Amino acid sequence: MKILVAISKVPDTTAKITFKDGGTKFNEDGVQWIINPYDEWYALVRAVELKEAAADTIIHLVTVGDASSDAILRKVLALGGDEAIRVNAIPGDSFSVASEIAAVAKEGNYDLIFTGKEAIDYNASAVGGMLAELLNLPYVATATKFEISGNTATIVREIEGGEETDEASLPLVVSCAKGMAMQRIPNMRGIIGARSKPLKVVEPTSVESLTEVVGFELPPVKTGVKLVDADNVDELVRLLHEEAKVI
Amino acid sequence: MSVLIYIDHTEGQIKKGSLEALSYGAALARKLNTTAEALLLGTVKEELSTLGKYGIAKIHQAADESFNAADAQVIANAVSAAVSASGANVVIFSFNATGVAVAPRLAASLKAGLVAGAVALPETENGFIVKKTVFSGKASAKVKINSAVKIISLNANSFGIHEMGDTTAEINIVDITPTENKVKVLSTELIKGEVPLAEAEIVVSGGRGLKGPENWYLISDLAHELHGAIACSRPVADDGWRPHHEHVGQTGVQVAPNLYIAIGISGAIQHLGGVNRSKTIVVINKDADAPFFKAADYGIVGDAFEVVPKMIEAVKKLKG
Ligand SMILES: Cc1cc2nc3c(=O)[nH]c(=O)nc-3n(C[C@H](O)[C@H](O)[C@H](O)COP(=O)(O)OP(=O)(O)OC[C@H]3O[C@@H](n4cnc5c(N)ncnc54)[C@H](O)[C@@H]3O)c2cc1C
Repeated sequence: MKILVAISKVPDTTAKITFKDGGTKFNEDGVQWIINPYDEWYALVRAVELKEAAADTIIHLVTVGDASSDAILRKVLALGGDEAIRVNAIPGDSFSVASEIAAVAKEGNYDLIFTGKEAIDYNASAVGGMLAELLNLPYVATATKFEISGNTATIVREIEGGEETDEASLPLVVSCAKGMAMQRIPNMRGIIGARSKPLKVVEPTSVESLTEVVGFELPPVKTGVKLVDADNVDELVRLLHEEAKVI
Repeated sequence: MSVLIYIDHTEGQIKKGSLEALSYGAALARKLNTTAEALLLGTVKEELSTLGKYGIAKIHQAADESFNAADAQVIANAVSAAVSASGANVVIFSFNATGVAVAPRLAASLKAGLVAGAVALPETENGFIVKKTVFSGKASAKVKINSAVKIISLNANSFGIHEMGDTTAEINIVDITPTENKVKVLSTELIKGEVPLAEAEIVVSGGRGLKGPENWYLISDLAHELHGAIACSRPVADDGWRPHHEHVGQTGVQVAPNLYIAIGISGAIQHLGGVNRSKTIVVINKDADAPFFKAADYGIVGDAFEVVPKMIEAVKKLKG
């Protein structure tokens, strides 16, 4: 089985989010970059588990980004990929990223494509679905469990107020959410091994974005908390009822 | 030119998120001086013409029952057919389990720009610009859609459900043949009697300050009295005190209820990102320096084990 895992680079979850150029650009100064948690903890680790269960499995990792993404790719290789592919372009919107990954996927003939449920920067949850459409493959979004037997996958996914169990044949695109696997930390052997694994750079097909960010805003700052004494809980409930009008 | 809203349904019932999407689509149509139309694939128990009250002029229905269990690809193909037939240039989804799978497919097939997670009506004075949350709620972005057809999926609880009056919608039965269904649903498990987190107007959430799963009755009793959903911080789910789907925050469910009550949660940046769009935030924490108080509207510095039972009593008294 051949698996492709889509990886994106995002600001660290503790990064202070600020903007520059009159609020039109994300301020990258001092920002640490990490592998998008959904890509790393769930998509990649589940792929590695599948490889551990079936040794002839091959895992390729793909990202769209400039050379600054190479560090991230070495880290995912250390966690268990066999080969990384970087599409050498500054990522545009979900459609352009999905189009670039689709071009790589067409070359590689994968049985399974995993993405994270969403990237924690733009939160669009869109690349997996777009990719599936561009490749004319079935798609299961926000999977929390993935099992495979022969050519048939059984997948549990989140739905409003519960979950759903699906069945689909490979080839297939799946976006991965919490539950799929347990986070791992790369070990020394993995880190050393990653240095000699191939990291291929391919040129983009340069599909244009259909959308563009024209400005950012920070949420309004709270004007200050109204503290109620712990001996006067009735007063809190009264305020919620009469002042905030939420109960 | 028109706005087309996709009506999502389950077990014969239109989802609440779709009622919000209908209200949003209708308001957008008024703003663009065009008509709001909706699409229903399959069948529901509700009388469709009554959806006119949300400001919908016309409802296209493809009544083939097999649509009731259709996968994202089948739905996307059918919506695409309806878009061509109706000439719609804006398509609205709810940003829910269906929308998250269908909207990107449709966007790629129509080469239509998608804004997923919209929180406000588009600005249409200078191009078509939609506000959405980014950085898991730590900021919002204004995204301009440059394509001819535009797709928006609307974040839950960000626009509200608005009735416009007693008008009825015209029903137009359309003939769309479902394409092959490749993802088969084997079973669905809904947690009965619980308010789904993403749709909830009130969320009561517990953190590590509750000490252990055996104390969760404090959270669920309060949620029950308020008809709210229950949630938790990440370590609570990681330690197996509560199921994963209740974990809110940057790497969990992102919520924006009218009221979010955080009990024994410190307010780490990753937690705040997922909840800070809540309209009113109440924090109960025994540490006066807990960062969550900075993001709160109301707070009590105190021990959850003493404060929460009193709060449950106070809510009972209020509700009579
Ligand atoms: C990559 C990454 C992603 C993350 N994503 C998320 C996420 O999505 N969601 C999330 O929640 N976290 C997330 N975290 C974890 C986050 O950083 C915090 O560790 C977590 O939110 C803390 O949970 P907590 O507030 O329940 O526990 P703690 O930090 O242990 O806080 C417990 C709080 O309870 C209070 N308390 C103790 N006893 C009582 C009592 N008797 N009465 C009242 N109050 C009491 C304490 O004063 C304290 O403030 C993430 C972390 C990382 C690194």
